[in-house]
Amino acid sequence: MSIFLDSSSKIIVQGITGSEGTKHATKMLQAGANIVGGVNARKAGQTVTIAGKDLTVFGTVEEAMKETGADVSVIFVPPKFAKDAVIEAIDAQIPLAVVITEGIPVHDSATFWAHAVAKGNKTRIIGPNCPGVISPGKSNAGIIPANITGPGKIGLVSKSGTLTYQMMYELRDIGFSTAVGIGGDPIIGTTHIDALEAFQADPETEVIVMIGEIGGDAEERAAAYIKENVTKPVVGYVAGFTAPEGKTMGHAGAIVSGSAGTAQAKKEALEAAGVKVGKTPSETAALARELYEKLH
Amino acid sequence: MDLYEYQAKDLFAAHGVPVLPGAVASTPEEAQAAAEKIGGQVVVKAQVKTGGRGKAGGVKLAKDPAEAKEKADAILGLDIKGHTTHRVLVTEASDIAEEYYFSFLLDRANRTFLAMASAEGGMEIEQLAVERPEALAKVPVDAIAGVDKAKALEILTQGNFPEAVRDQAADVVVKLWETFVAEDATLVEVNPLVRDPQDKIIALDGKVTLDENASFRHPAHEELVDKQAEDPLEAKAKAKDLNYVKLDGEVGIIGNGAGLVMSTLDVVAYAGEKHGGVKPANFLDIGGGASAEVMAAGLDVILNDPAVKSVFVNVFGGITACDAVANGIVEALKILGDEAAKPLVVRLDGNNVEEGRRILNEANHPLVTQVDTMDNAADKAAELAAAGA
Repeated sequence: MSIFLDSSSKIIVQGITGSEGTKHATKMLQAGANIVGGVNARKAGQTVTIAGKDLTVFGTVEEAMKETGADVSVIFVPPKFAKDAVIEAIDAQIPLAVVITEGIPVHDSATFWAHAVAKGNKTRIIGPNCPGVISPGKSNAGIIPANITGPGKIGLVSKSGTLTYQMMYELRDIGFSTAVGIGGDPIIGTTHIDALEAFQADPETEVIVMIGEIGGDAEERAAAYIKENVTKPVVGYVAGFTAPEGKTMGHAGAIVSGSAGTAQAKKEALEAAGVKVGKTPSETAALARELYEKLH
Repeated sequence: MDLYEYQAKDLFAAHGVPVLPGAVASTPEEAQAAAEKIGGQVVVKAQVKTGGRGKAGGVKLAKDPAEAKEKADAILGLDIKGHTTHRVLVTEASDIAEEYYFSFLLDRANRTFLAMASAEGGMEIEQLAVERPEALAKVPVDAIAGVDKAKALEILTQGNFPEAVRDQAADVVVKLWETFVAEDATLVEVNPLVRDPQDKIIALDGKVTLDENASFRHPAHEELVDKQAEDPLEAKAKAKDLNYVKLDGEVGIIGNGAGLVMSTLDVVAYAGEKHGGVKPANFLDIGGGASAEVMAAGLDVILNDPAVKSVFVNVFGGITACDAVANGIVEALKILGDEAAKPLVVRLDGNNVEEGRRILNEANHPLVTQVDTMDNAADKAAELAAAGA
């Protein structure tokens, strides 16, 4: 088992003909992901060869699903057109849409989320502005490098891409069931809580690592959720203790507003819920290792 | 991007939200001329992007143009919570019958928008939210359904707006929603929204934050950037398309990925505690790509910051492997030549790390020290900054 993505996942790439889409479709295929096609309305009917595999470019997500049985879409469409691409995926009721695109206006994200809700939440959205999801050794939907580590018993959910890679690297000898990058935008589809719920239910995941950062109160809400619902050991890390108030730190959602959204408040909330919080990424990895070794 | 009050009110006016006539002035003489044009009593208000202007002496009533000049002279240059006042807004003085509060903002938790309304305006809203939360209505707004008059009335009723003004205030709320959506704002706040003695509803103040991700569909928003107030290093970084924030420490930071860079700042600050309290000098995320050109551009900005005493380059080789990053650093130092005159601590880890470290060792640049772990590298960079300070 793993969460959201496994070896049976059939993936299409929206924006497969763009430079980012092509580059990362290549890496995904090389890592063994089962990409079955692409979508670009203007290039419908063409065939592209990526990493030695011929892939049909379909006009719509619906058509691609019908022809290939795809159940995952990875979206690399530029910000200007991303809202329409996500809405198309939702309308086609694809089970999982992973939105890699960075720089989507937040009104657009709010709109496609409202659309997903109105359509009965048939599509799980991960992102936007995220590195995607990887179940090592099984499948890879997004841009997380597949050669950092292999399959194992740790589940990871993170707002940050590079901290995800760093954590996977530090714990590479143990390996991961699934790593989910949920993205650093103010409005995102899948949350820490969604991933925690899935990891708790996943028999393969033994220890959960949760990485947060300044802005909003997702970590505080996750802490409350952990206290009530998660029995597996959880280790946490929060970035941005030294971030000044009112400044956006790289991620659109990473901002301390007044006294809200501070790293200190998040750390305290997690600790109050029994989560061990590391002071640095390495210390966090060491804590996760300790808990993992205690189980073995 | 946060706007000044006068910019927010210009946007309000453009979308039909009632505001008082006014003009912005950057000298006392301009303030006098603005007051003459408006006629009668005016209010002179400091234009700074922070709250608490009134308490700091940044908002004054003037009975005539001569007094407006005097008040502007006192307010211009005033420091309000670390913000220097470069401009004042001169507006008609309004008689106020009642003060209300209204805002639209993001509701991150519910992945939608939120309207907040209260019949008790004028005071700091954070204070009201803590002291009398029942007086502040918070109503979710669906991004697709939006706010029509019926929804506006529902919000105002929950906010306990007096029945007599609800209808008129609802028209203003619909226009505020139009502003929020049409301008791609993440915050539109009016505090206070007032009723004057003639029962007219007016936005007496305005706070607007615009979504910079939406700038591609708002070319006009570029003109709202206050170039004069921008930190020169931030302006330089922005011109090079770098994601940079100036801080007030001594250790320059370059990393890839927003989360890793935030984390690097924290780790350097912890390490600094053992080295005379040195702190990170900036946030700089060069992104997943980390090419030689981007590395050079980033180093150029940081090495030209006079406050920087040492530089910590913290890169995890993920999408771009470490050998490419190492080549980027070597190339960047070649491009910069003698401009690179501060010690660099480099920590590489991740894909192809051995090759990356070998490349840096072989280049053997006199300014570069390699340290294998992030925590130890932060310590080294802090130590070097403390020695150079």
